[in-house]
Parts: sequence; C-alpha cells; structure tokens
Amino acid sequence: MGTTPVTSTPVEAPKPAAKTNRIGLQVLDYRGGKTTLCAGCGHNVISERIIDAFYEMGVQPERLMKLSGIGCSSKSPAYFMSRSHSFNSVHGRMPSVATGALLANRTMKALGVSGDGDTASIGVGQFVHMMRRNVPLIYIIEDNGVYGLTKGQFSATADIGSKLKTGVINDLPPIDTCSLAIQLGATFVGRSFSGDKKQLLAMLKAAIAHNGTVVLDVISPCVTFNDHEGSTRSYKYMQEHEEAISEVGFVPHFQEIDVEYDPGTTINVEMHDGSHLRLRKLHEEYDPTDRIAAISALMSAHAKEEVLTGIFYIDTQKPSFTDMLNLVDEPLGTLPDERVRPGRQVLDDVMQRLM
Amino acid sequence: MATEHVALVAGAEGGTSVKPDTKQQSTQGNVVNDFSIQIATVNGSGSQSANLVLLKSIFRMGIPVSGKNLFPSNIAGLPTWYTIRASKDGYVARKKEIDVLIAMNPETSKEDMLSLPPGAAAIYEESANLQQFRDDVACYPVPFDKLTAAVCPEAKLRKLVKNMIYVGVAAQLLKMDMAAVEAALRKQFAKKVKAADLNWAAVQAGYDYSSTTFTKSDPFVLDVMNETAGKIIIDGNAAAALGCIFAGCTVAMWYPITPSSSLVENFIDYAKRYRVGEDGKATFAVVQAEDELAAIGAVFGAGWAGARAMTATSGPGISLMAEFAGLGYYAELPGVIFDVQRTGPSTGMPTRNQQGDLLSVAFLSHGDTKHIMLIPGSVKECYEMAQSAFDLTEQLQTPVFVMSDLDLGMNNWMSEPFAYPDKPLNRGKVLSAEDLTKLGGFARYKDVDGDGIGYRTLPGTDHPLAAYFTRGSGHNEKAQYTERPDDYFNNMERLAKKFETARSLVPRPEVVQTGKSKVGLIAFGTSDFATRESRDQLSKEYGLDADYLRLRAYPFSREVQEFVASHERVYVIEQNRDAQMLSLLKLDLPAEEIVKLRSIRHFNGLPIDARSVTDDLVTQEGI
Ligand SMILES: Cc1ncc(C[n+]2csc(CCOP(=O)(O)OP(=O)(O)O)c2C)c(N)n1
Ligand code: SF4
Ligand SMILES: [Mg+2]
Repeated sequence: MGTTPVTSTPVEAPKPAAKTNRIGLQVLDYRGGKTTLCAGCGHNVISERIIDAFYEMGVQPERLMKLSGIGCSSKSPAYFMSRSHSFNSVHGRMPSVATGALLANRTMKALGVSGDGDTASIGVGQFVHMMRRNVPLIYIIEDNGVYGLTKGQFSATADIGSKLKTGVINDLPPIDTCSLAIQLGATFVGRSFSGDKKQLLAMLKAAIAHNGTVVLDVISPCVTFNDHEGSTRSYKYMQEHEEAISEVGFVPHFQEIDVEYDPGTTINVEMHDGSHLRLRKLHEEYDPTDRIAAISALMSAHAKEEVLTGIFYIDTQKPSFTDMLNLVDEPLGTLPDERVRPGRQVLDDVMQRLM
Repeated sequence: MATEHVALVAGAEGGTSVKPDTKQQSTQGNVVNDFSIQIATVNGSGSQSANLVLLKSIFRMGIPVSGKNLFPSNIAGLPTWYTIRASKDGYVARKKEIDVLIAMNPETSKEDMLSLPPGAAAIYEESANLQQFRDDVACYPVPFDKLTAAVCPEAKLRKLVKNMIYVGVAAQLLKMDMAAVEAALRKQFAKKVKAADLNWAAVQAGYDYSSTTFTKSDPFVLDVMNETAGKIIIDGNAAAALGCIFAGCTVAMWYPITPSSSLVENFIDYAKRYRVGEDGKATFAVVQAEDELAAIGAVFGAGWAGARAMTATSGPGISLMAEFAGLGYYAELPGVIFDVQRTGPSTGMPTRNQQGDLLSVAFLSHGDTKHIMLIPGSVKECYEMAQSAFDLTEQLQTPVFVMSDLDLGMNNWMSEPFAYPDKPLNRGKVLSAEDLTKLGGFARYKDVDGDGIGYRTLPGTDHPLAAYFTRGSGHNEKAQYTERPDDYFNNMERLAKKFETARSLVPRPEVVQTGKSKVGLIAFGTSDFATRESRDQLSKEYGLDADYLRLRAYPFSREVQEFVASHERVYVIEQNRDAQMLSLLKLDLPAEEIVKLRSIRHFNGLPIDARSVTDDLVTQEGI
C-alpha cells in the first residue's frame, strides 16, 4: 500500500497515493450511505466523528457490529461504516440485541447508537441492565432533549424549564444518563458535544480501546425541533454552558508515547489494549477513578447550569460481561457441530439415569 | 381452597357436558393395574420424593404409569394434589375419578373424601375421622405421627419421613412388590445411604402397621407386568432441554416463569455437565434477563450473529415478546421460543394447564405477521422437536415457537429412550467469505432459489461485501430502506411464499385412518392422551370407530385438508375456551371443509380427560 505503481506507458501523471490508516484502508472504506437526516442535525456530525475514530484506530470494518434502536439517531448507523454488519432493532431494546450478538460472537467490537428517548424513556430498563452487566459495547446517546423522529416532544433528559417551540415548558427533572451509568456499573462514562470535534474524537478513540460498557452521552442539537431560544440543547446554549472537566488526550497502543505529561496536572490511564488516556485536569477535585467524586461533580455542575463534558469515570479492571462468562475463545455462534453436540455416549448416560 | 377442590374434582368440567362416570367399581373382583391414586398434601411439606417413590415403584413393577402434580401458585402452605395413574392399557391422560385417596392435608381432607366415587379407598390420618363422611368408601385410618416418631428420633426430620409412611401403607394395601419399592427408594436417595435407610424404615413401618391392622376391603391391586422394561421417565421440560443440548444450542436468555423455568434450569444442568471443556470453558451462555423483552431481544441478536439461541416462557412472557416477534418475522431472524402454556388470560392460573396461546402465537405482533409453531405431543417429541426447531429456524430464517404446556412440561411421563440425532445440524443458507468472492456479492432478501428464503451472512465474515443492514423498517432485496410500494409488496409476497415452504418442512401430522369412518378427530399436544383413550371408549362403548389426526405443527401440512375432506364430521379437541386450533383450521381450509368442523373444548385448568371427550362427542353425535 501507498507505493506508486510503475507502468511502462506513463501517459498520465501518477495520482498521489490515497491516504491510508495502519491497516491500509482509506477513510472511504469507513463511509456509509448518504444521510437522510436534516441538514445541520448533530447526529450527522457524530457519524463523521465515528468514521474518523474507527479509521484512525485502524479497526477492520468487518470486525464491528453496529446496533441501534428507533429514532433519528438510531437511523444513523446506515450513514457510516457500510462494511460493518448493522442491526436497527426496535425502540429502546438495542441493549438486549447487542448482548445476544456479543454472546454469539464475543470476538467482535460492538457500537450501539441510541437517542435520549430511546435510552431514557422506553429503553431505560434495558439500558440499566446492560450497564449492570458491563456488556462490552460502546453505547452512544445522541442527546437532543426531544423525540426528533416523532416531531419534537420532550424526552426524559430535557432540563426543567426547557421550552419547546410551541411554548410548552418542561417541568419534570431530567434523567442524567451519565450519573445513572456511573452508579449502575458502566466502566467508561463521559459526555461530549457534537460540536466539539476534538474532544468527541478523542473520547471515541478511547472508547474503542476500552473493554466494557462505554456510555457516551453526546449532546446533539436537533435543528428542527430543539435549537431555538429557551432550549437547553441548542448549539447556542451549549456554546455558552459547556464546561469541560478535563482535556482528553489519547495515545493509541500502536503509537509511540512521545508526549511527556505532568503527573501533577494530568492523569494517565493505561487501557485494556495498551493505549493511554491522558486526562488533563480542568477541575480541582477531578479523579476519573472515583465514582463518588464523579457523581458529585455532575451534580454540582448541574446546579450551576453548566453542561459538564469530558470523561467522568473509567474503570479498566472490571471484567466485561462476556469475559465473566468463561466462554471458549472462539465465537459460540460458529463452533463446529462436534463441539456443540455431545457424543452418543452422553445420551446413553442420560438415558440410563432416567430408567 | 377446599371449595375450589370440590369444584375441580366434582364440578363442571370446562365447557363440556358432565355426566358422572357410569362405570362402577366392583367390590367383588379385583381391579388390577387400572386405577388412580391421589395424594393430597400441603405445598412445601416435602411429599414430592414420597410421591416419586410411589410412581417409580409402579414403573419398576413393569406397569404403565403416569404422574401429575396439581399444585398451587404458592411456595408453602396451600393444598396440593399428586395423582398417579396405573394403566395396564397404557393410558396416560388424567383419569377423572380418583380410586385411591391418600389424604394428608387436614384442610382439604373432608372435601377430598366427599369427592370420591363409591367404592373408592381412602388412607388418612386417624384423627381426621373421615369414615364419618362416607360409608361407601374403604377406610384405612393411620396414626401417622405415632408411627413416624417410632422410626425417626430426630424431630426435625419427621415432617419429611412421615410421607414415607403412606408409601408403606399404600404398598401393603395395593399388594405392591416390595423389592421394587426398595429399589425405587434407594435410587431416589442415590448416594445418601443414611437418608435412604431412614426412609426405608418408615416405608416398612407403614407396611407393617397396615398388614397387622387392616383387612383389605377395596378392589385395587397392582400386579407385576412387563410393559416398562427399557423405558425412561422424564418430564417434558427436561426432555426439551436435552433436545437443546443435542441441537447445539449455544445461547439461552430467559426470565423465570412457571411452568417454563425448569426447561432452562435443566438446560443449565445438562450444559454444565456436558458442554464445558476440560479447561473449564463453556460452549454455551445462559443469561437470566431483566424481562422477556430482553430475553427475546438477545435471542434474535444472537441468532443474527450466528448462534443457535433460545428462550423459554409462558403466556405473560409471550405477550411481552410481541413487538420483537414481528421484528423476527420481518427482518428474518432465527430464534427458538418455547412456550410452555398455562391457564390465561392475564396471570390466570399459573400452575394450571391450557392450550391457550395458539392464536396469539400464530400471529404474534402487529401487521401481517405469522409464525411457525411446533406442537410436541410427548416427552419424546419435546426432545425431538427442540432439535427440529433449531434446524427449521435457521433453514427458514424465522422465529420458531415450540408449543408445550404445563401438563407435558412439568409432569413425569414414561417414554421410549430418546434416539441420538442421525443428521448433522442444518445451519441454513449462510454465505462464507469464499462464497462471496465467488459470487461477487449478494442481496440479503433476494429469492434466489424460489423458496422465499434468502441467503445471509454473519457479522465477522471477513469480506468487504459481507455486511448488510438488518432492520424492521421497509427494505428491498438489498436490505436498503424503502417505502416503494412494489418493494414492500414483493417482499411481503416472498415472506408468504417462505411460509408455504415451511408447510412442507415442518413435522407432518400423525394419521390413523381406516378409510371407513365418517367421523374424524383432530387433536394435538397434551389433548392427544385423552383423545386416544376416548377413541377406545367410543369404539368399545358405542361401536363408533373414529379416525384420528394428530397435528404436530403450524402451518398445516397438506394431509390436514385431505383428512378433513375424507370425513363428514371432524371434531377438533383442544384445551381452551375459544376453539383456537379450530379457528386456525378455518383460516386454512376451503369453505366446503370448514362446515364439517366441530369443537370439543376443555378449559377448567385441569388436563383434559377421556371421559369428557367421549361424553361431549357422543352428545354432539346424538348417540
Ligand atoms: C414501541 C414504539 N413506540 C413509539 C414509537 C415511535 N417513536 C419513534 S422514534 C421515537 C422517539 C425517538 O426519540 P429519540 O430516541 O430521542 O431519537 P431522536 O429522533 O431524537 O434522535 C418514538 C417515540 C416506536 N417507534 N415504537
Ligand atoms: S428532526 Fe431533529 S433529530 Fe431528527 S434529523 Fe432532524 S434535526 Fe436531527
Ligand atoms: Mg432525541
């Protein structure tokens, strides 16, 4: 890859070799179908970052399973990484489908895309149990505070006082998916903003390096139904209220670690695959391995009407659900007959006992 | 509770007409190997092992036997009845009338006594004085506590050991082979020699008390036969679990619900024993889900990713699975769902029997959804159909439901030993990376072979053209999103064609036809036992020889229409109120056949019995 072919009839000037990643694939190989979402929708930007992250990490597209529920957000797996198998399931139930798929083939990477409605309302039960199990899945909530696909009703992540275009004001408290995730056992929890290209990309790359449930709540404005004055999920609100808890730096395992860091200001986390996460503290009390500190930071930011972003919590030690089950190394789904059907003497043995 | 029992035993039986059994037991001649024993106890009193010893002793004596547990939806304290039927002719359906009562529950003993037919026998606790209620029943009062205390010095074991006393009394009165009783008991306690000795002493104490105290005044005796050699005893859920083991099932996700839980629990036991390598690593994953939505979601996720996956549930779980079932049908996902049916609607009677989910499962989910159902009629078929279900679900790329019920699933049945599968697993149309290179790509939902079944690929297939997009929204042959009328229409037509393909692949019905009778019977699942016995009653008592077709699957194979066509009247015998199977047949048969269908239904929660079928049929026939 990357070398200019030598031909005997040099009529045209040789094209510059397309840029490739460490496994020799171009960004093109990570593209998906043309989006059908609204122009300017935050979800589209997240899809672009997903493409970048998997390209830069050099993940073979065929090694990824994409899963989603129902919603504008859940449609988006059609718009990135067409070379990966994809499963657009039913509303709020993607975690169970992903769990089953990973039980069948635990050698695959899995990425789930959901919405705030899909996750925090109809799907909150499965969301909770996925985290409790620490299913090895990157679970992205494309959070716009409304149900985009059904034309803009409030979701359960909408803030108190947030206003719909119709003037309706939300007076119920939001479910903070990140606090919930930390409490319930997800091992990598963060929040980002679709408009924060650098932070989101670094977080996605780190998520790829993690083994366990990753919950990324990505604020993703709905330009059609929730980007107006009075909304707490608009581009403008985010520009004014985003507050990063740390600066996320990521050094993948295949890159030489040349950047020095100051242990006084930066936390270094060694990840499952040998990559390194460099978290430069922007908050005094920041400690991403301390759940209580993380939840406290989220709550106090909320009280100050700040939208805290960054990686809040990470645990690289807890075994993932598929590791806990002590399964054979190969995918269960494609084990040959002789490994899954016991021999004749086993049946004889069972029959003897029943006589 | 007591009134419920009276209603159960002596009251109206389902929707069928009731006539008391006309056949009286003779007090002169002996009734050999053809009667039923009912043990009335309190739930949680540990009577189950005594009852099993009794059942298995009869089995060891070579006499065809079946056992049914009629238990409450409760952990301890409510009445429960265990019924054993010995039948020299091999009948295994519930027998409507009780011949020998063992009344151990003071709460219900009066009602239990009153429900007996004249000429029956009753063994009971002396202090209950049950003889005051009936002078037409042979009475055997036993001082259970006194006898128990004598053999069991340890007070806290007495509650359990007491049950073995009645085994001894019954064994003596019914003239059982004591070598068979001892062998059954010792096998039951396996390596626990001390427990076996203690329990055997209790059996002997009961036996001795009976032989020195009573003069037998009832006709019921058990005599050694040779009809059970080489046979096994197993319940349907364990049999289905074993089927899953030999089908190579690798993923099970479930949410506990009676009467299906023991299917998965048995699967776990067998899998731990037979599907774990020497390195301790398992070739299976069983996960207890948060609910049935998650269970079925995981089954389809696993099936999509290539695993043979199953879940087991009952009515309430089936209802929750509805949305996913439609996804499974429309996105064409393999997955096996065991529905061990119980009495509905709603929570209904969780520990009672019904064939009540046929219509809801056949069309589970919105839109034009329909599903394949396999209907086992014996424990052997639970084992075999569990295996066919996995082959069919992968061959047809659609969910397959195995419609068992509480009676079959949770009760003990005699059976021929199960045969080792003679065919390799049929994994259906799955393309490998090499196939894709050869073909230059594929279209997931294209009907290449004319059978309505497309080719699929599994996640992880190492080829740039392997991936496709699975969705429950409108899709074309290439699995792309579509709202085009022709794409939608063609896809739905293909799915209908696939269902036609299924018709010829599912298990065919079992037909007994002489060609001479104008009357045909159609039954299925656990209605089969009573139907077979009723055929004999009809023939012997009324000279009516009815042909018989036992359904084994939906969609119906060709033979079903042929059977109806060759009779003037066809009775569909089933255990639900709304004639659900008859309704399914109506949807399938031409108008001139539909008018021939008549309905016999039984739906009081108890398993259907032959006498109810016979009486109803005779009334409808006007004989
Ligand atoms: C069982 C069920 N109920 C309702 C719907 C309708 N529905 C489709 S998408 C949606 C909400 C999606 O909201 P969200 O997850 O926030 O996604 P967004 O469109 O905002 O990205 C609803 C209620 C459905 N598809 N299924
Ligand atoms: S409606 Fe909102 S969420 Fe849906 S695509 Fe448009 S902008 Fe995005
Ligand atoms: Mg939303």
